Amino acid sequence: MTPDEARAILLEELSNIAPEWDPAEIDPAEDIREAMDIDSMDVLNLVIALHKRTGVDIPESDYGKMITIEGAVAYLTAKSGG
Amino acid sequence: MPSLGSDMEAGTLVEWLKRPGENLRRGDIVAVVETQKGAIEIEIFQDGILEEYLVDIGQTVPVGTPLARVRGPGEAAAAVEEAPRAVAEPVATPLPMPVAPAPSALKAAVTGALASPAARQSAAQRGLDLAALKGSGPGGAVVLADVEAAGVAPPLARKSGGLDLDEMRKAIAAAMIRSKREIPHYYLSHDIDLAAATSWLERTNAAREPAERLLMGALFLKAVALALTKHKAFNGFYGDGGFMPSEAVHVGAAVSIRGGGLVAPAIHDTDQLDLDAIMAKMRDLVARVRAGTLRSSELADTTVTVSSLGERGVEGMYSIIYPPQVAILGIGKVRERPWVVEGQVAPRPLVTMTLAGDHRVSDGHRGALLLNEIDRLLQEPEAL
Repeated sequence: MTPDEARAILLEELSNIAPEWDPAEIDPAEDIREAMDIDSMDVLNLVIALHKRTGVDIPESDYGKMITIEGAVAYLTAKSGG
Repeated sequence: MPSLGSDMEAGTLVEWLKRPGENLRRGDIVAVVETQKGAIEIEIFQDGILEEYLVDIGQTVPVGTPLARVRGPGEAAAAVEEAPRAVAEPVATPLPMPVAPAPSALKAAVTGALASPAARQSAAQRGLDLAALKGSGPGGAVVLADVEAAGVAPPLARKSGGLDLDEMRKAIAAAMIRSKREIPHYYLSHDIDLAAATSWLERTNAAREPAERLLMGALFLKAVALALTKHKAFNGFYGDGGFMPSEAVHVGAAVSIRGGGLVAPAIHDTDQLDLDAIMAKMRDLVARVRAGTLRSSELADTTVTVSSLGERGVEGMYSIIYPPQVAILGIGKVRERPWVVEGQVAPRPLVTMTLAGDHRVSDGHRGALLLNEIDRLLQEPEAL
């Protein structure tokens, strides 16, 4: 998966979870939990959706790497073998 | 029009989901009503046949107004002089606003026409009469493709599940003003060591697919519910006749809404559910709160409320009781703090749990016993 593919999937799933926001408008370095008012249930739902879409295994201990858009893109890209 | 909380005076009918002539089973969702808490799905509490609508789409009626006439099993057919069995408790003056009968093409698909099961199901969903469709299957049977080709019956009425946050704020204000005026609150606070619960949760989740993982919130709800089965002075309703404890424990899980607002739908019989079931209910409720589609029973019979700030919260929250309930638990964010364990200071994950109790029903001593029991239960997470 390329970074662009990972970003496209991530932004789509983010807007499913928080349709009030346009994730393209969010600063990619900002904590999405703050920027998009996302709670732990939303984070879990995001992880479930990303796992389903990409097959990437995201253990709970890696959630901290998923809290910014750029972090999540890098994580998904690396874990899917680039 | 059922009462969906002590602050509700009226509701607006926005959609009928069942048509006259349809069979209803207890628990079926028959209508959608717009309230200050958003669009609420109204369930029926008896089996029967929907005879006629008594309230029109778009009409706003007071709580207690019958919405529809329902004929129970075994009752005589459609005699107007029959005592009406209504969705809500009948009031003295039923509103004389029956709508015109549905056109025959919109009748529910209860027919002897030859059709495949998939076609029957799809026709029912679309509100189409199978007998009016031309079948292309064996022996002229109606198959799914025939139903799909026929399209859908014209919708009765549609309304997005959007929430009116200004109206919701007014509803919260009314309930909280009443609470602060009528309920003599007392408050207790207790720090709980979550080391055991946290490490159990980490171990459990490490072996699970994301969709099967649990959140700490599910453990909190189960521990609270189990503790309430022993401490009955915190679970029930305060009415004109005083306190009525509830045998069932229906914990309302407060869910916040982006943009402001809050609603606390019930997880029915929380004490009877395992953690996986509670987690599934929480996920479903959060999704439906955000979509604005809750069910009437989820708002009408909550026996106690739990409000949790989550990981972006602060240490503690002192909540206000939602009448006619008599207690609310506030749960702060789990944070790492120095704690004395067996004579040594050690970093431990702590959570501050608060209880607001109703002094007309209980006092601080009993409240402390409740919080201590919740603490004890959270020390044995595998038993939850």
